[in-house]
Amino acid sequence: MLCERCQERTATVHVTQIINGQKTELSLCQECAREIQPQFDFSIPKFLAGLFDNELSIKAPAAAVQCRQCGLSYEQFHQTGRLGCPECYERLAPRLDPLIRRIQGSSQHRGKVPLRAGGNLRVKREIEELRSQLQQLVQREEFEKAAQVRDQIRSLEKRLAELE
Amino acid sequence: MGLNVKQVSKWMEGSGPQADIVISSRIRLARNLKGIPFPNRMNEAEAKTVVHQVAATIQAAPLIQAVGQLKLYPLGELSPLERQILVEKHLISPDLAGAGEAGAVVLREDEAVSIMVNEEDHIRLQCLLPALMLHEAWRLANVVDDALENEIDYAFDQTRGYLTACPTNVGTGLRASTMLHMPALVLTKQAGHVLSALTKVGLAVRGLYGEGTEARGNIFQISNQITMGRSEEERINNLSAITSRLADQEREARLLLRKQSRWQLEDRVGRAYGTLANARILNSQEALQLISDVRLGVDMKILPDLDQRLLNKLMVFIQPAFLQYTAGKEMSPFERDVHRAAVVRELIAGHAK
Repeated sequence: MLCERCQERTATVHVTQIINGQKTELSLCQECAREIQPQFDFSIPKFLAGLFDNELSIKAPAAAVQCRQCGLSYEQFHQTGRLGCPECYERLAPRLDPLIRRIQGSSQHRGKVPLRAGGNLRVKREIEELRSQLQQLVQREEFEKAAQVRDQIRSLEKRLAELE
Repeated sequence: MGLNVKQVSKWMEGSGPQADIVISSRIRLARNLKGIPFPNRMNEAEAKTVVHQVAATIQAAPLIQAVGQLKLYPLGELSPLERQILVEKHLISPDLAGAGEAGAVVLREDEAVSIMVNEEDHIRLQCLLPALMLHEAWRLANVVDDALENEIDYAFDQTRGYLTACPTNVGTGLRASTMLHMPALVLTKQAGHVLSALTKVGLAVRGLYGEGTEARGNIFQISNQITMGRSEEERINNLSAITSRLADQEREARLLLRKQSRWQLEDRVGRAYGTLANARILNSQEALQLISDVRLGVDMKILPDLDQRLLNKLMVFIQPAFLQYTAGKEMSPFERDVHRAAVVRELIAGHAK
């Protein structure tokens, strides 16, 4: 069978095209098949990029995301990899938080809490710690110590309520 | 009072746990001021505000009591050569050295504490100690950090932690690193294998001068990559344990070298010492390799009269900016190689006395 495009060489490639629901089948030689290749181009990076954009657009609001404090847009951040100001974390959160989860494997800070800027987080952490201590003490039936810890928790909770 | 360029930094003293392999331990904390754009997006006035706040804070009595006298040097008042020397001593980053007048550096006299102001973040607090002393460095950094926070309003978020210009530092803002000398793993061709395993546990491996530099002189820096999700202590325990493990591997390789090729090893060390003590022309790469060979000799008690402190001084004093500073003039690469050989000879001769 001759190639349906050049009518010269033997057809060795069968190509099925579907354009607007119209299906056409072609029998082509290798040269002609290569020439019309771009039409069937399938690039994996482009495909993945498409998926990625989709994922982001679902989470992000329709309007362009921009920091109201310093004016940095997510696109600008994307180019430089640097945020503009501390506020950016809040303002660009819908797109930034998934990125942080991906590069850091988590988006929950554990570790040092500053004395002043940490607000009531220090107290909350302390309460959590005392609660787990309390549980252990109860399991070991050390009720006297447990009562002390319970009183500590109560006074911390009072302080927390005052802070809030 | 100007910068004391020839001050031997604390880390260069070379004594402490595992000093036969671990050269230094570093803790770096990234901090930013609330309500001020990050350095890449701030104006001159805002940059000055940050410098002024830091300058005022280091004068506070409780801070001086807790960590001692700190001194601030505006970058504009340091010559390009002085800035480069601070890079060569590992006290500031090349980025800060290249930055304009907006930045500043704070140093404690022994250079164990340094603060970079307006680098990528407003504040980059560093504690640099000799040998494997990550926990000690963290304790010191923690005290300085608390003292700074006493006066400065940090950008901190209850969920995301300390906010930083780059999301790769957000959370603890902690980068802990150790610098290791591992010639036996390189000689026995195990280094690549061992180091590639580190990247699998979330650690980064770099050369002598950090990001993007090659591992010259068989010196490697390893550091944590992730700053979110785990506490500072957990990260530091992890890095400390892995550093110890690497040091064990290096020690095993050294024993193997001694067992299998003792004469070749001692010959190599002896020749390196002979060359350093007598050469008249030394380029930087050759010098670093020879210093590495001699260091191995010191660690393995082949050269009992030398010590780590001398080798650390050699390693820093042969860097380009240091050489130009001590020569008092700009030099061509050839002049530098001649001057380098002279500096090395002098230091070694001075030590023998």
